[in-house]
Amino acid sequence: MFAYAASLLAQVTLEPFNRPAIDWHAVAPELVLLAAGALITIIDLVGLERVRKLMPTLTSFAFLAALIPVLTLWSQEDELPRSLFDGAYVVDRYSLVLKGLFLLTGYVIALLSTNYMSEGDYYDSEFYQLIAASILGMLVMSSSRDLISIFVALELISIPAYLMAAWRKRDLRSNEAGLKYMLMGVFASAILLYGMSLLYGLAGSTKLVDIAAALSIGESKPLITLAIVFSVIGFGFKVSAVPFHTWAPDTYEGAPTPLTAFLAVASKAAGFVALMNVVIVAFPGQSDVVEPLMAVLAGVTMTVGNLIALRQTNLVRMLAYSGVAQAGYIMAPLAVYGTNVDRVPSAMVTYLVIYAAMNLGAFAVVIIAARKTGSAEISSYGGMFGYAPGLTLAMTMFLFSLAGIPPAGGWWAKFELFRVLTDGNRYLGIMLAIVLAVNSVIAAVYYLNITRQMWFLPTPDGDTSRIVTPPALQVALALTLLVTIVSGILPGLVSDISGSLQLALP
Amino acid sequence: MIPALAQSSVLAAQTAFPILPALIITPLLSAVAILLVPSHRQSEVRLVALAGSTITGAMAVWMMAAFDKTEAGFQFVVNEPWLTSMGLNWHFAVDGISLFMIVLTGILFPIAILAAVPQHDSKAYHAWIMVLMAGSMGVFMALDLLLFFVFFEVVLIPMYFLIGGWGHGRRIYAALKFFIYTMAGSALMLVGIVSLAFLTASRTGNALTFDVTQLAEAQALGTTAQRLIFLTFALAFAVKVPIFPLHTWLPDAHTEAPTAGSVILAGVMLKLGTYGYIRFGVYLFPQAAYDLAWIFLTLGVVGILYAAVVATMQKDLKRLVAYSSVAHLGFIVLGIFTLNTQGLTGSVFQMVAHGVSTGALFIMVGWVYERRHTRQIAELGGLQKPAPIFAAAFTLVMLSSIGLPGLNGFTGEFLILLGGFQAARWWTVFAVLGVILAALYLLWAYQRVFHGTPTGDNIDMPELKASEGLVLLPLLVLIVFMGVYPKPMLERIEPSIERLVAHVEANVDGFIEPGPVQVPERPSDAVTLTEALEEAEKKAAREEGEVEDSVDEEGREASLAEGETTK
Repeated sequence: MFAYAASLLAQVTLEPFNRPAIDWHAVAPELVLLAAGALITIIDLVGLERVRKLMPTLTSFAFLAALIPVLTLWSQEDELPRSLFDGAYVVDRYSLVLKGLFLLTGYVIALLSTNYMSEGDYYDSEFYQLIAASILGMLVMSSSRDLISIFVALELISIPAYLMAAWRKRDLRSNEAGLKYMLMGVFASAILLYGMSLLYGLAGSTKLVDIAAALSIGESKPLITLAIVFSVIGFGFKVSAVPFHTWAPDTYEGAPTPLTAFLAVASKAAGFVALMNVVIVAFPGQSDVVEPLMAVLAGVTMTVGNLIALRQTNLVRMLAYSGVAQAGYIMAPLAVYGTNVDRVPSAMVTYLVIYAAMNLGAFAVVIIAARKTGSAEISSYGGMFGYAPGLTLAMTMFLFSLAGIPPAGGWWAKFELFRVLTDGNRYLGIMLAIVLAVNSVIAAVYYLNITRQMWFLPTPDGDTSRIVTPPALQVALALTLLVTIVSGILPGLVSDISGSLQLALP
Repeated sequence: MIPALAQSSVLAAQTAFPILPALIITPLLSAVAILLVPSHRQSEVRLVALAGSTITGAMAVWMMAAFDKTEAGFQFVVNEPWLTSMGLNWHFAVDGISLFMIVLTGILFPIAILAAVPQHDSKAYHAWIMVLMAGSMGVFMALDLLLFFVFFEVVLIPMYFLIGGWGHGRRIYAALKFFIYTMAGSALMLVGIVSLAFLTASRTGNALTFDVTQLAEAQALGTTAQRLIFLTFALAFAVKVPIFPLHTWLPDAHTEAPTAGSVILAGVMLKLGTYGYIRFGVYLFPQAAYDLAWIFLTLGVVGILYAAVVATMQKDLKRLVAYSSVAHLGFIVLGIFTLNTQGLTGSVFQMVAHGVSTGALFIMVGWVYERRHTRQIAELGGLQKPAPIFAAAFTLVMLSSIGLPGLNGFTGEFLILLGGFQAARWWTVFAVLGVILAALYLLWAYQRVFHGTPTGDNIDMPELKASEGLVLLPLLVLIVFMGVYPKPMLERIEPSIERLVAHVEANVDGFIEPGPVQVPERPSDAVTLTEALEEAEKKAAREEGEVEDSVDEEGREASLAEGETTK
């Protein structure tokens, strides 16, 4: 009765600001993480030195707590997709999988950082707050279907990362890493903004769906092409696609190793999510422009990344270039999205999930090994099988997975890519599949080089004391190893979650 | 064919126990058990590995006994869903083609473990061998293309570590070369597998499947697509066999590998390639295999002659044996691409025969190296004087490798040449030269190593030990048995091969299986190899001598009967 009267009243008043209806459950993951991040900051401010030791644990709990609403949303599957803010923000299965991925990645990063941060001469509390902020940006990115929220999410992801890259402030290389990353990132943002402004000019709206509708009318093709190329290049920096990859190796090497893992996995995945959202939702009719662009970018990225990785002597740099090559693989499905759009998100998300597990695992081994050897030079891994057989076996599994050799999970990820590329029997897709196959062989050479060091060669300085793995790193290693192995042997478990994903249109 | 009632109990036994998964799981479990043994108890590690591989081998032999030889199709079928949305299944089964590959795997592994003791890290060494055994078992019984691919790749990993970790000399280089060559082939094969499945699904409108039998029945591809996809498979197998220009990894890998590695590499892993041609190449792409057979016939013959010439020039005894492998595998490829019953049956037989005799050769070369710490032919000499029994055993193995009648190398090679003369005469004419060359390089090597007066350290060459003799004995028995009485093997291989040839016949335009010597045409009970061989001998003699006069039916029968009695 009262409500009815109120609604009548609302009709007669002159439109005041109407708060859009907010589906609080749908944004609960973001809110939980936001609240937890704020709480951690306050605890840090109040507790200072006394609570420093608690920070990694609290951050881990924050990520796990934010995972709960993701699961409850997932369980109410019939209510998906949930669309908010007039379609600018969509929660569907696709975004939920990604949110789960980002939160778990954040959890593993927190585990990886625990000992690294507390044992080095760093400010550690702030580091965790920044990680949480960056992950929050990724959660937002997963659901964004609007240029503005995509851009805000991108900056929310990037700015904490610029800070963290320069975290080892007494080390020149870390300063270089942060500076390079920031300059390149800002440059990319500017290009991206230019592309976005062109898109807005064409469509008169920032919503991706409206842009798709406006572009489909198909007037002023050169302008559309320019807008598409600029926005794709903007994301190209983020995912370190060649020729926009030049920041990656220096930044990876100079930054604290846990952050390198974060950049290589989470930040890169977020870039791909942005790319997928924009390309699939906003450019569905522009495949004649986007597909060749993506095919060339993907082919060049994987080939150049692999060829340079062959010559690296530092494991972190090698992983950086291998990450560049992997970015080329992940991008490949977008080269056939015009005919195969149903399969593209599944393939890319599957690859991202397995890639996250195997790459985080490899970085976990790098961090553990560096605790003893203090080095990431490939030669320092010599003879590791002799004194750390378990660690060697785990690293071997991760490397074989990255090379795409069964039974480790990487083969399934590659298979999903081949599946998208060859289905539909298109010349472009099959050519790219062959390029990908050839590249897997090149990549195997440098991955095997590490196993060669670890298994066959002598320990460099004869120091065969045991490696002590702290509990946090043990958990991180076990978790990533489990996902890597299980996804290879029972790929059904992964494809149950990440198979048949679609980007829901609002 | 309908199995007789008497065999229903056998069939019941087949369904009761999932023998095929057990053949994979047993070695895997022993690998885990090996890892759990404390590392200071090295002897127990060896015991576990030996027990695991022997039990697996015994199960494989038991399976051969339970195998229904009247049935041409797949037996012991296990087909459980793996990933239903993609049409993936854990589909394992054996037929006459894969049966002996599995038995060979089961026999060679325990022998390879016994034949050599690793110098260090016994635990890891034996664990890798057991993983390798599980993978090899799986690859021969998988009937789902992706499952096959997984096993095909899985066997690379342990072999890489075996060569790199426990090999000799340039072991790391050899291991990497081996891995990269093979992976280059299989990476493209994955593209081929996926394309094949999707093209078939879209052409037929059926659900997506990777099942080999279903894909083979569908035959939905156009000519170009079939040829291209066939070539992706063929490339992967060509590296593995290895076929002539892609063989360069093999001498390195064989020479640097530890003895067990060489035995398994030659005995089991090379067969993955030839087996792949039969099971996947010919079965899935009959038209393409028929159209492009000339490529493989040519490369096979070039491989036979080239490898034989190169083997003659070798200074290292192990390298010589490795090149002889390339030549023998050339024969097998020749037999496969005749696409007729004799050629294919001979190829399958020769795959087993080569595994046994080359395995034995590698074991004995390994023992020579253990005793003399050199494999250089020039540094050896006159070994027959101090070690006559050793020399005698070596002679037997070597003669079987040359293909002496009465030993196992002859039967297969002869069937292959028989099939070859009918399907691809000129290729076969050149291939026969390889038989002569094989005698040349092996006998010459034997002469340099064993004959003459021993000098220097060769005087003290230790004799074959009783324990070593026991290790070698099963292989020697097999060499003689398979040569003298090949019937039990041939009658199990042949039905499946005939089924395959019928499949090729039905799916290839204008294909006629050439030649009058059709095994099924003869009275069912009197089918023996001797008959086939003699008839073919006559035919070959007729054709070569251009003696075109027709032998009347009676005379032929009479001479056949004569042959039977003299035997």
